[in-house]
Amino acid sequence: MSVKVLIPTTLQKFTNNQATVLCDGSDVANLLESLDQSCPGIKARLCDEKGQPRRFLNLYVNSEDIRFLAGVNTPLQDGDEVSIVPAVAGG
Amino acid sequence: MTQVTSSSTATFRALKCKECGEEYELAALHVCEFCFGPLEVVYDLSSLRGRVTRESIQEGPHSIWRYRPFLPVATENPIDVGTGMTPLVRANRLARRLGLKNLLIKNDAVNMPTLSFKDRVVSVALTRARELGFTTVSCASTGNLANSTAAIAAHAGLDCCVFIPADLEAGKVLGTLIYGPTVIAVQGNYDQVNRLCSEVANTHPWGFVNINLRPYYSEGSKTLGYEVAEQLGWQLPDHVVAPLASGSLFTKIYKGFQDFIQVGLVEDKVVRFSGAQAEGCSPIAQAFAEERDFITPVKPSTIAKSIAIGNPADGVYALEIARKTGGNISAVSDAEIVEGMKLLAETEGIFTETAGGTTIAVLQKLVAAGKIDPEETTVAYITGNGLKTQEAVQGYIGEPLTIQPNLEGFERALERSKTLHRLEWQPVLV
Repeated sequence: MSVKVLIPTTLQKFTNNQATVLCDGSDVANLLESLDQSCPGIKARLCDEKGQPRRFLNLYVNSEDIRFLAGVNTPLQDGDEVSIVPAVAGG
Repeated sequence: MTQVTSSSTATFRALKCKECGEEYELAALHVCEFCFGPLEVVYDLSSLRGRVTRESIQEGPHSIWRYRPFLPVATENPIDVGTGMTPLVRANRLARRLGLKNLLIKNDAVNMPTLSFKDRVVSVALTRARELGFTTVSCASTGNLANSTAAIAAHAGLDCCVFIPADLEAGKVLGTLIYGPTVIAVQGNYDQVNRLCSEVANTHPWGFVNINLRPYYSEGSKTLGYEVAEQLGWQLPDHVVAPLASGSLFTKIYKGFQDFIQVGLVEDKVVRFSGAQAEGCSPIAQAFAEERDFITPVKPSTIAKSIAIGNPADGVYALEIARKTGGNISAVSDAEIVEGMKLLAETEGIFTETAGGTTIAVLQKLVAAGKIDPEETTVAYITGNGLKTQEAVQGYIGEPLTIQPNLEGFERALERSKTLHRLEWQPVLV
């Protein structure tokens, strides 16, 4: 199975400047582990010491914020899209 | 890239992470690559002490650019479309109605060129975009930001592509299209538009005013603090009430006051900061009420679309400021928002949009709850214009009395209007 991960510009140095990466994972936590294996060091940027996503980071599964789903335990299926988006201002 | 004349008064020197303190060069960057914290512009303000005076500011242009040494641009020729220096109106009739003695309205409903405070942030962002060599600018917007970005980009000759939720008020869509940008209407709420726009920013090398230019953009809101201090005769108010969407405006008014204190332009004092949200989108007010230090995102459902941000990026900083200054953050219903719009119009002659109605309704609520002292010099920030959100008050403000062109018709209509007026003010027995 494979999940498409959208990588923000800030982290593209970990992905050879690729804006998308294909990855495996049964849930979001699992996906972050496997992302870290193909792009070493990226998880430490995304998560704090306790392994939780940092507070200014938003993670989406198929356009839905994981905080409206099951957080890092949100299950993933083949063909899902996970987006990593830093918080932005606006209005 | 355009050659930029660097000015001797520019004092901005780096971008710095608000969370971990890591510093970055002054590029188009908005997040810390180590902890994802937001980046903020840092200045060498101490060099301005004595060099920038009340007089030197007053001799500057009648726009936000009179405060140029406090803004993150290097050029001496910023994009100046007359933005800023909006009226600070003494609101005696509204004050009496609410039970306050010293109430003032900072009226950005008449800001130039597009009638909202966004012209401040966009003037700064596009000036900086030009310095950084961008030829296309973009934004994700609830309407006002799109109006402003499209208008000022047109003036500056920059290409423009804006992203908005598809269900925006007609006035806000039309008020963007007229300037000829590419307008992408996304079938989703603002938070979804923002996410999509961030994804577009990963692959399109444009200047996104609220994304990669955000550190520069957000500094423009400081001028709402500077102007109020100057217009009050170089002193700070006791209490301010402002709307909260992403929380950025609120934190930058605070920073504006702090800058002036630091440079010695005003005396140091604590200004209480109170924030206004709509009940249908009140993640910051909820966190305040529950004494949380984190924000739980919500899905917005309110007529106050310009402040309907369910996942506010600067929410935690807004919470911090309200708490440490002894202010409050409160929310009001859509019905109260409409009443707030009517109240401001009927007492002060200012027609604001739903965000302004929210601010007035929260002001009223805080006064009634004893959370604003009648003696305090209180400034309410009105950030947008009512002509853009006409749908919100349609059906709540009566209708014209249509008559035949003769005196008899007029006299009858006048009598009828008096009766209607009397009925409205009579206590109703239920």
